[in-house]
Amino acid sequence: MRAPLSWIKEFVEIPASVTAEQISDGLIRVGFEVEEIIKQGADLTGPLKFAKVLSIEEITEFNKPIRYVGLDCGEGETRYVICGATNFAVGDLVVAALPGAVLPGDFKIGARETYGKTSNGMICSARELGISDEHDGIMVFSESELTIGADAIQALQINDVIFDVAVNPDRGYALSIRGIAREVAGSLDLKFTDPVDALRTLKFEDTGKGVTAKIGEKSSASVFYLRTLSNFDPKATTPIWMRRRIEKMGMRSISLVVDVTNYVMLELGQPLHAFDAAKIKGGLTIKRAGKAQKFKTLDGVERTLDPEDLMVSDDEQPLALAGTMGGLSSEITDTTTEIALEAVHFCEVCIAKNSRRHKLSSEASRRLERSVDPSLAEFASARFVQLLTAHSSAKHVATVVDGEPIYAPLVTIDPSYVSKTLGFDVPPAKVAELLRVIGCDVDEKSFTIDPPSWRADLLTAADFTEEVARMIGYDKIPSILPPRPLHATLTPTQKRRRAVATMLASRGLAEVQTFPFTNQATIDSMGFVGERAATYKVANPMSEEFPLMRVHLVPGLIEVAQRNISRGAKDFAIFEMGSIFRSSQKLVPAISPDLSKRPNQKIIDEIFASVPTQGNHVAGLLVGKTENENWQGKSRSYNWQDAIAYAQDVLQLCNLEWSVARSDLAPWHPGRCAELIVNGKAVAHAGELHPRIIAAYGLPERSVAFAVALSALPDSALVRPTTVGTMPAAVQDVALIVDSTVSAADLEAALREGAGDLLESITLFDRYDKIGDGKISLAFTLVFRASDRTLTGEEVSAMRESATAVASAKCGAVVRTA
Amino acid sequence: MRVEEISSWVEDARKAFASASDLDSLKVARLAHAGDKSPIALASRGLGALSPEDKASFGKVIGDAKAAIAQALAEATTALEAERDRKVLLEEVVDITLPVNRAHRGGLHPISIIKNEVSDFFIEQGFAVEEGPELESGWLNFDALNMPADHPARTMQDTFFIEPIESGMVLRTHTSPVQIRTMLTQQPPIYVVCPGRTFRADELDATHSPVFHQVEGLVIDKGITMAHLKGTLDNFARHMFGPDVTTRLRPSFFPFTEPSAEVDIFFNNRWIEWGGCGMVNPKVLATCGIDTDVYSGFAFGMGLERTLMVRHGITDMHDIVEGDLRFTRQFGVGL
Repeated sequence: MRAPLSWIKEFVEIPASVTAEQISDGLIRVGFEVEEIIKQGADLTGPLKFAKVLSIEEITEFNKPIRYVGLDCGEGETRYVICGATNFAVGDLVVAALPGAVLPGDFKIGARETYGKTSNGMICSARELGISDEHDGIMVFSESELTIGADAIQALQINDVIFDVAVNPDRGYALSIRGIAREVAGSLDLKFTDPVDALRTLKFEDTGKGVTAKIGEKSSASVFYLRTLSNFDPKATTPIWMRRRIEKMGMRSISLVVDVTNYVMLELGQPLHAFDAAKIKGGLTIKRAGKAQKFKTLDGVERTLDPEDLMVSDDEQPLALAGTMGGLSSEITDTTTEIALEAVHFCEVCIAKNSRRHKLSSEASRRLERSVDPSLAEFASARFVQLLTAHSSAKHVATVVDGEPIYAPLVTIDPSYVSKTLGFDVPPAKVAELLRVIGCDVDEKSFTIDPPSWRADLLTAADFTEEVARMIGYDKIPSILPPRPLHATLTPTQKRRRAVATMLASRGLAEVQTFPFTNQATIDSMGFVGERAATYKVANPMSEEFPLMRVHLVPGLIEVAQRNISRGAKDFAIFEMGSIFRSSQKLVPAISPDLSKRPNQKIIDEIFASVPTQGNHVAGLLVGKTENENWQGKSRSYNWQDAIAYAQDVLQLCNLEWSVARSDLAPWHPGRCAELIVNGKAVAHAGELHPRIIAAYGLPERSVAFAVALSALPDSALVRPTTVGTMPAAVQDVALIVDSTVSAADLEAALREGAGDLLESITLFDRYDKIGDGKISLAFTLVFRASDRTLTGEEVSAMRESATAVASAKCGAVVRTA
Repeated sequence: MRVEEISSWVEDARKAFASASDLDSLKVARLAHAGDKSPIALASRGLGALSPEDKASFGKVIGDAKAAIAQALAEATTALEAERDRKVLLEEVVDITLPVNRAHRGGLHPISIIKNEVSDFFIEQGFAVEEGPELESGWLNFDALNMPADHPARTMQDTFFIEPIESGMVLRTHTSPVQIRTMLTQQPPIYVVCPGRTFRADELDATHSPVFHQVEGLVIDKGITMAHLKGTLDNFARHMFGPDVTTRLRPSFFPFTEPSAEVDIFFNNRWIEWGGCGMVNPKVLATCGIDTDVYSGFAFGMGLERTLMVRHGITDMHDIVEGDLRFTRQFGVGL
């Protein structure tokens, strides 16, 4: 919302000593962020004169139109200037910058030779003067509205300060000069005159029959003013001061009738709509569209109405999308002589829905959906009649009203709530005084408050507390620490996540965070199928390229790896920790219990259960060499073992026990993927990526990856340590020959099972695959220890033989003899 | 056998040992002067043939002489071994400035680092860290925060909706639904912070990202006032931006707080918007079943990306989201 200082000053007595910066600070203090202070004309120096075009000589030898123009600048003799614009004719008034003038951008005007002529000044466009972005030619005026030779800086009110103010959605009243001026006055303790006061007594005689007005559905609007005017001369033009104010607000001047509706909306905050009354069949009714139908709005767009759209219709058809945009069929044209002016207090939600359904946010809908002072339907429409009849031949015919304004209810509060909320003492009398500043009537005995008509948002003690606080100034709130609770720690899950990330980071992996979006092509190319491929779809994705929620972390890591490779990186390791969104459950229709009290526990449980589980995973991708290429030239490439080692490190860090099994899960190489199993559940996968994926994404050959489902890991058990034995250990080596298809893990498990409880550790120390016949040799060191005695040779031999016996039974192992 | 003769053997041995230039020549000298065939050894073996008187007197002299020779040998050995070691160690010198084999430089993402830092600060203040799902129920993300359907504030936040639309599921637009979850499952007093990933349909540019992070705080207790909010924010701001930072509250609007405020910080000589805050709207407390006659509370929320960018002077959001290792690695693990 823009607000020119010159307009604010109409309603606030601002001493000359108050600077624009002080006004801005005041607005910020009461909750209006000033995004920009535009000092229009600050970088503009005259002479800038209105001049009449006396002659135009077209110069044709250049590849663009050039005019040599004779101007009467009120100097007694003709001044000649070169001009590149063509939107003017002899007899028009234009703005001429004379030599000595300086235009914005330090553009000095002087007499100069150009296009073979002497140009003694310049004819200006609005943009060249820094007063609008309009640059479709120069500014043109008619002789009837201005004096030749007059100072244009003053006549066009160029010197002004314009505040660009951000208005919060609860403060619809401030989308008007009236509202902003009130806040300026309140924040600086200056005298404010409400422009509505002068309108309260304004009455117009009915001289004929006006168009009728009806609210078809009571809940859609409270009051509908319809004022009919006739005898309008469509040639009437907008006075320069009004046109300039509209331009300063960032809008365009269109025609007198439209300009007056906009002017009144900007001044008071009530959107108005003017119909060409001659095009209305019968009367106007506010009602729903009722059925889907085509409707062309003022912007020329043909829209399909929703049956629920709130419309202003005549007896035959909808004429306006209520509170949002008028229709093309009844718009004011250059032949309009009869006008019906609509001013309605619509229901906010109806307008919000109209606007949202058609993705059409207009100056009107922006105000109406934020609530407008209900008394303004009467006063703003009166202001329209006042202005239009003063600046044209239009005459008031009749005013028709349906409904009446509904105001916010009286509210009784406990004034001590204010102090209790703000944390410092505000006596009740002070509360009352400050609430009066914002327009409330306060009965100090009962502390019953009658909020002003424009503040439908003031309903509770908390609402009034904010008003008191912002009038006192938030800077007066003391700074005190709250009572300190006894104790808090991270939860075990949070500690675990942090430790895992720090461990990976300190072992050479760099953490990345990717957007959790993906697409079907990526899911397919990874080879995910079934429940590992099922996910949720974003209805309105950022990009149609990525409409799905991710089902795995590795694709995101691949994308980041590609980006780093494209920027020159070769050897690196990255990881990501985050949620994945496999669609584990079908989404149920939204559960929306009443908000006035806590829903019952069953409903709460249902709401919680309606949100699908989102697994927390950590995954890593390792590409290229394990270290940077160095002077020894011996760095090795990452291989499947590194990936499995990192996955095991994660489980080990969480103090879990796991077993390893071969897996052929996507996106890994079906022969080089390990599955880590905790409590019978596969919780991690690691190994070499599928060669097809490596090729498709241009990764270095044999890139490896791991993924651990952190949220699937069991809690770490309380450690109950075994006593550390001091008796000597007995070490036994066994070498076993097995089929090459037997896995080391299976063989080790068999040995472990057969060795019994006194086995302290088992380590594979050799693997020999040159035996032939599809056989391999695996050699293990078994360490036995008893806590209470030195083991005898017979005992140890018996345990070793028991171990190899199980290995032989389960894996077909044959003890290798030297 | 004369005593003088024995003394001369000792003297000879000492000279020979002292003149040995290395351990090999010392070995030759040792064999000559202390070996089995050395005069002293032969004399020692000849003791048995002497008379008991001579045996006693010569025995002592020979014993002393052997000890003296042994000591001289030990000294010479020590000296020559030390010299040999010195030579060997000198030969084995390497250039220890050569780059050694090390793993790649890893690191945490700066957002993780700042999230940890914020969490640790509040843990130390006695706040628990609460988290919630990113794909969230619309009722928890909007309605329960005093933003029922068609509330204009719902359009303030460009929401990603999940199909089917009727499910009301959204990608959470803020971490506030975690506050609602906390209030629906815990009894006051409640002191929590909720860091996490949030989503809004903004185009990625230098200062915005459709996927970003927030940290929110919530306190519900008896007698909580806006002064407690100010105190907590001042403390938090000093922790994040240094002891000289000052904060400013400005009136603002959020449906879930009343009164509401923006919190600005004065940092590097200018006011910067940091986040939003306010007293928890009694309507929100009522929806969560908290007795507003007994309890009041405050809440605040900041963007972690924004906090990071302001504090570290990062000017382009792309650096934070793209995962370029050259950017991330600079932060180490936040130590």
